[in-house]
Amino acid sequence: MDTPVITTTALRKVYRSRDREITALDGVDLTVREGEVYGVVGRSGAGKSTLIRCVNLLERPTSGTVEVAGRDLTALAGRSDRAPAALRAARAGIGMVFQHFNLLSSRTVQDNVELPLEILGVTRRERAARARDLLDLVGLADKARAYPAQLSGGQKQRVGIARALAGRPRVLLSDEATSALDPETTRSVLELLRDLNRQLGLTVLLITHEMDVVKAVCDSAALMKGGRVVESGTVAELLATPGSELADALFPVGGTASGPDRTVVDLTFHGDSATRPVISRLARTYNVDVSILGAAMETYDGRQIGRMRIELPGRFEDNVVPIGYLREQGLQVDIAPEATAEPVTGEPAAVGK
Amino acid sequence: MHPLLTQALGDTLRMVGWSAAVTVAAGLPLGVLLVLTDRGGLLRNLAVNKVLAAVVNLGRSLPFVILMIALMSFTRAVVGTTIGWQAAVVPLSVGAVPFFARLVETSLREVDHGLVEAVQAMGGSTWTVVRKVLLPESLASLVAGATTTVIALIGYSAMAGVVGGGGLGDLALRYGYQRFETGFMWVIVAVLVVLVTLVQLAGDLAARAVARRGRTSAAPRLRLLRTGAAPSSPSAPSTT
Ligand SMILES: Nc1ncnc2c1ncn2[C@@H]1O[C@H](COP(=O)(O)OP(=O)(O)OP(=O)(O)O)[C@@H](O)[C@H]1O
Ligand SMILES: [Mg+2]
Repeated sequence: MDTPVITTTALRKVYRSRDREITALDGVDLTVREGEVYGVVGRSGAGKSTLIRCVNLLERPTSGTVEVAGRDLTALAGRSDRAPAALRAARAGIGMVFQHFNLLSSRTVQDNVELPLEILGVTRRERAARARDLLDLVGLADKARAYPAQLSGGQKQRVGIARALAGRPRVLLSDEATSALDPETTRSVLELLRDLNRQLGLTVLLITHEMDVVKAVCDSAALMKGGRVVESGTVAELLATPGSELADALFPVGGTASGPDRTVVDLTFHGDSATRPVISRLARTYNVDVSILGAAMETYDGRQIGRMRIELPGRFEDNVVPIGYLREQGLQVDIAPEATAEPVTGEPAAVGK
Repeated sequence: MHPLLTQALGDTLRMVGWSAAVTVAAGLPLGVLLVLTDRGGLLRNLAVNKVLAAVVNLGRSLPFVILMIALMSFTRAVVGTTIGWQAAVVPLSVGAVPFFARLVETSLREVDHGLVEAVQAMGGSTWTVVRKVLLPESLASLVAGATTTVIALIGYSAMAGVVGGGGLGDLALRYGYQRFETGFMWVIVAVLVVLVTLVQLAGDLAARAVARRGRTSAAPRLRLLRTGAAPSSPSAPSTT
């Protein structure tokens, strides 16, 4: 689980047009470990697509290196614009799914799934058998002879996933694979990805602007801003990071202080601390009036994680003892600043494409 | 049918058939190269692209009659004669190749770039992209372009009389213009109209059959009424 499968080092990508330069990636170091689902979020224009396209070198990085499964792809790519055979072979071991599916309209579902195998030179008989297995796996065995135009969006993306898996890749790249789908379909496609990740040990790097996607399937996540990764780690690590924007966006708790001379405290409960009656004990032991401003409880990876924003009367100095008690209980305690700034992440509402 | 008419129809079919075959064989690769070597293409090479574009534009801007005369010695070198329907095939092909190449170029440019990327991401080579994506995905549009080209060739072939190529157009010209047998001329014109209509119909049916398999939007509607046979070609794609 701990071997890195995708590593980018000091990755930079500068787009040059006639009169200006756009730095789409500004020194990105990313490590995706074997068998994890890694989500990259960020606002529109943050560089997410550029990053994922650099991983299989559809986009040539300006500088920096990309290693996938122990191979330095940037070295394989060489200097020329065209992809040498070594790079093409490496790409065959990396599956990719796209927001707009990118299925060939002139081929049946089955023939679409067989395409990567044709490129690999697999025999007709083996191709057919493998395509049928994969269509079975994604639940579309009955659509093998249909054309993409006859499928719904969710079905198309399942075909896209089956096709991406045809060459038995260790890594799957997904750029907004669910962004064109409705919430219900999104959920089923994400479940499929999660299942594939568990059953096949597939490592998944996915780009999304929906926090719900990260919440639903990701083991780790990174937040990109202006071409840089500003936060990254496993979801548990992120939740344990004071002031983490990602944690805030994943488990948002709202509420503002009801007046001056109040102390607002954000609590994060992990594991068994989530099930103990900490707040009522706090109120009883220290005889303070605790008001709850907002709370969220989630089951994450089978464990309960809760976040709660509470308000204590008096300023911080007056509450040192109760806050100390909360820390002793194994809670993560963040003192909210006077005026909490709105977190900036890639929530669709905030993006405005 | 009148023996002269039968003879002329045969000449026209032979001229058009052979030049269409040559045009597709040469125009298709040329159109593909125009796309691949252009900015953003898989074989980006602007110098080559400029040269190809210049050649295509030159070929398209020369009037067919001039082309036919200018190419006399080339024709002799290729087919060994400068008269007869065989001699007409050379200038007809030379005139139609750039025309068809531009139509091919336009068709290929309509293919979604995402499909090209998908195949590149699978590890496909440029040749794979051409063979598995560009050509099959634009097939309906290519068939429509070939149909337009064949009809344009039928129109051009009327001028083949200049090199003694014979054919329907030549016959109509001789009877109508030189011998004032307008009745016979109109018969020939009617045959030409039927011929063009049949070609258009066959082309549309083929394009529809191809398109029906995949997305339906690309299928051209039947254009039975549009029988503009003449060299009045559809507007050329601009060259930039
Ligand atoms: N081919 C290109 N040429 C020039 N600039 C580009 C190109 N592709 C991307 N950019 C620029 O690079 C920056 C990052 O773009 P990118 O597509 O990676 O963003 P993103 O995070 O994927 O956004 P979105 O959420 O909208 O998909 C943007 O400023 C964009 O305008
Ligand atoms: Mg993007």
